[in-house]
Amino acid sequence: MGLLEIFSHAFMLRAFIVGVLISVVAAIIGVSLVLRKQSMLGDGLSHVAFGAFALATVLGFTPLWFSLPVVIFVSFLILHLNQNSKLSGDASIALLSASSLAIGTLAISISKGVNIDLNSYLFGSILSVGWSDVVLSTILAILSILLYIFAHNRIFALTFDAEFARSIGINTRLYDAFFAIICSFVVVLGMRLLGALLISSLLIFPATISLGFSKSFKTIVLLSAFVSIFAFLIGLLLSYFFSLPTGATVVLVNLFVFVVAKILDFLRKV
Amino acid sequence: MSELVTVKNLTVAYGSNVVISSASFIIKKGDFICVVGQNGSGKSTLIKALLGLIRPRSGKISFGQGIKQNSIGYLPQEPKQFQNFPASVFEIVLSGTLGRLGHLPFYRKEDRIRAESSLDTLNIKNLKDKKFSELSGGQKQKVLLARALAATSSLLILDEPSNNLDHASRKSFYETLKSLNKNTGLTILMITHDLDSEDLIGNKVLSLKNGKISSFTTVDFLRRYK
Repeated sequence: MGLLEIFSHAFMLRAFIVGVLISVVAAIIGVSLVLRKQSMLGDGLSHVAFGAFALATVLGFTPLWFSLPVVIFVSFLILHLNQNSKLSGDASIALLSASSLAIGTLAISISKGVNIDLNSYLFGSILSVGWSDVVLSTILAILSILLYIFAHNRIFALTFDAEFARSIGINTRLYDAFFAIICSFVVVLGMRLLGALLISSLLIFPATISLGFSKSFKTIVLLSAFVSIFAFLIGLLLSYFFSLPTGATVVLVNLFVFVVAKILDFLRKV
Repeated sequence: MSELVTVKNLTVAYGSNVVISSASFIIKKGDFICVVGQNGSGKSTLIKALLGLIRPRSGKISFGQGIKQNSIGYLPQEPKQFQNFPASVFEIVLSGTLGRLGHLPFYRKEDRIRAESSLDTLNIKNLKDKKFSELSGGQKQKVLLARALAATSSLLILDEPSNNLDHASRKSFYETLKSLNKNTGLTILMITHDLDSEDLIGNKVLSLKNGKISSFTTVDFLRRYK
């Protein structure tokens, strides 16, 4: 079966488009998140998204449109708690993600007659990606990449040293909000494909794989995007040919690339 | 000497905890001021207020001609995230010019020239393409100083810059600061450890005690009457 033939299936084409676009966006913001030690933000938001998806289904709302504002709101709440309370970043993420997970689980358990495919929420389902996801992902990717291109110098400055960036007049809160919104979109759109438990890997793996392979921040961001697309495509194809769950396969391809990269890095330094 | 920054009755507080209380002083063009005081005396809070990183509870900070709050060159204490950060020296120094860009998204030729010139001033042009995380402590501090120089033409604020430096690197770093102050007329405000140390390299000393200015005098005066 040729590659083009695979994409003649509408569900594969949708998964391909959404996956590639989300991979690029996740990779470019992932570099800053990892370097600023905010890797757990994506993980925390994915738990929130799970709770919101479950609640939306039980209440009869469209999950995507219900979850997006909820996850964005919680991401802002995390930012607010980080900046204005005595809670550390990790603690506020842990509190909110565990609470959201509990709300989602409780909503599912007390709902009667609502058929919820818990597995597809937790581990993703390639079949659940619709054309609305494709449209949203395309808009998200175009806007995020354009914003990133125009703001990358300032993003570099605040990723390296937020205090210095503020001292020269960069509005770091605005950029934090930008990251929170993009991260929310990545989590909500990507979790239908990869699952709530696995989506944060798209934010973290490509960045951690790329770090150490260049002395330039810009090159690391580009390399991270390339690694992310590569791992997603290989994962998607493997999952198709061997009937494997897509989310788990993509994560394991990322893990494989991570191990190879670390070995190469180690050999380079010996 | 003309007045560069005037601080009048400045009070800064975190919640109910007043850290700086009614501080008033003037920074004149060409000054090299060492800010001294024990831990918790409010040194870092004072410079953060000058930089606009903390909003004062009351009082006023006004800037003289040719200087704005976001055109101060700042050298913070080295945070942990600098370790293993993937960035070249030039990327970091160039980022110092961002405050001059206004709303422009990309660096201009003049910004690159300014960054090159900062490297040149500190004699570290040879480090331009090196990875920042692979430099020694002294080299890193000079690169961050070059970034601060790229940000300012008038006032440099340094927060305990010698903290992570060995004796030789500290000496060399202080010589660089003295030469910048003497040869380029750059005004410098630097937090140092204490009055007894060799860190007292400026021409004035601003001493803080429990959030209040206990003295603001010349180094010569202090040495004479200590």
